[in-house]
Amino acid sequence: MRILTLVRQVMDAQESVRIANNAVELDGRKLVMDTMDEYGVEEALRLRERGMQAEVVAVGVGSARVEEALRTALAMGADRAIHVETDAALDPIALSAVMARIARAETADLILCGGQQSDWDSQALGAATAERLGWPQATWVRALEVSGTSVSGQHDTDEGVESFEVQLPVVITTQQGLNEPRYPTLPNIMKAKKKEIRKDSLESYAVAPRVKTTGVAAQSRQRLKKIMDGKDALVAAAQLVHSLRNEAQVIQ
Amino acid sequence: MILLVTSHANGKLNKATYELASAAVAIGREGPITALVLGSGVAQVAAEAARIADQVLVADQPELAQYDPEVWCAAVAQVAQEGEAHTILIAASRSGREYSPRVAVKLDAPLLEDVVSLHDSAGKLIAERYSFLNRVSETIEASGPLVVVSVKPGAFTPALPSSEVAEQFDVELDLVQRRVKVLEQVKESSDRVPLAEADLVVAGGRGVGSPQGFTRLIVGLADQLGAAVGATRAVVDAGWRPYAEQVGQTGKTVQPKAYIAVGISGAVQHLSGMNRSTCIVAINKDPDAPIFKVADYGIVGDVQEIVPALIDQLRK
Repeated sequence: MRILTLVRQVMDAQESVRIANNAVELDGRKLVMDTMDEYGVEEALRLRERGMQAEVVAVGVGSARVEEALRTALAMGADRAIHVETDAALDPIALSAVMARIARAETADLILCGGQQSDWDSQALGAATAERLGWPQATWVRALEVSGTSVSGQHDTDEGVESFEVQLPVVITTQQGLNEPRYPTLPNIMKAKKKEIRKDSLESYAVAPRVKTTGVAAQSRQRLKKIMDGKDALVAAAQLVHSLRNEAQVIQ
Repeated sequence: MILLVTSHANGKLNKATYELASAAVAIGREGPITALVLGSGVAQVAAEAARIADQVLVADQPELAQYDPEVWCAAVAQVAQEGEAHTILIAASRSGREYSPRVAVKLDAPLLEDVVSLHDSAGKLIAERYSFLNRVSETIEASGPLVVVSVKPGAFTPALPSSEVAEQFDVELDLVQRRVKVLEQVKESSDRVPLAEADLVVAGGRGVGSPQGFTRLIVGLADQLGAAVGATRAVVDAGWRPYAEQVGQTGKTVQPKAYIAVGISGAVQHLSGMNRSTCIVAINKDPDAPIFKVADYGIVGDVQEIVPALIDQLRK
């Protein structure tokens, strides 16, 4: 068996957004593996630790800096990595074509990826990859078990939580709550340096983005930040109600 | 044609479908606005859809009784191809966002995902959407004979039903077998004002102390204001409140006139679900809590004292 875990390198969520040259500026900002993808890497490793005989391959597409996310995945315990290096801005639908080609070439049985990318705010990558491969999908998974070729778990839906069962191969999208991702230990970080990261160029995949981003703006709403001391609860409450009624006019 | 995929529950179209009808008009593209109703026993829904579209296609089949991403993808793709749709509109609910990418791939079309505005400019579809945890607005565009669009719930004003009734056509679709077996469903609905539709939201975090504290403070204040109730991921994971009330990256995105955050520190993932609210109010004991950085009004203090005082003050 082979598990592919798709990882992306994004700006740390704690960093504030700055716009430069019609894009969110990433130079000099802290970049990390997307936390939603971390749950995927962790889950792949846990499935193996629970007895699944599988090789775990981390896959990343993007500029040179994606290698850091792949090194993190290797340090967590992935066996090897594939890096399709490009500076092209691929939308999720275009990116899914690359992912699907790799999954076929690697004869993958299970693909794990984050439920929503924290830079794109997109949920399309997992589903689009599944469709290209002709595989089923389960999104927003919060619990997962694999027994033979049978996959079961729980995932979030429009109105609640659903228990499901499906056969491999399948695409699973991951989220907070599925597990607690491990921190790479120093010996494992050292070991990861010797693991293979295969480099591919995007040209060999023949994909082109179909969606163009023509403008980018940071959210411009300025907040009033009228913060009161609440030591005297009655005074603070009266002041707040007065402000909400008369100044903000949001309550009756 | 513009294909508008309806969504419904309990025999009624949901609000997001009425919003899609407005989006369909806002695009300014030619061709009939065609509503597609997928389900089993959906005559009533189809009749409702006939008041917000130019024509209605009804696939009333037992296999469509329950949603499945592959089945929905196959159904929508078949109708779009046979009807030569140039635009497909799908509500960007959790389910809509999981089958719309499949439709785009299947029909080799671009996807404009979770958009908040939409218009045609010389054959190009131009949209705005939010990214970077809701903190950035992007303008995006796509062209081609067909574009798939998922539309963010709440972004468009719901269309008013017309007095004219559009013609309905029954369609029989070749569906695929569902491969994901649903073993159990737990619907966690709330009988309060729906979160995504509310003008006022009172939300609570772990800072309210306990499930009882949540009921007394958050539900109490929400009742006084006629507001919807929201909760953080931590509160929902602890089992204090139903998932339906979760606000944030892994829950609902809301944009009310006022969002009152009580005992919520303001993790980025939570902020991404409410940071576009018109007015944000924060009540928290920690003056350094990140929630105060995005607040219009705030009180630093003990929520157990301040919220009861607020409720009293509002009663006056």
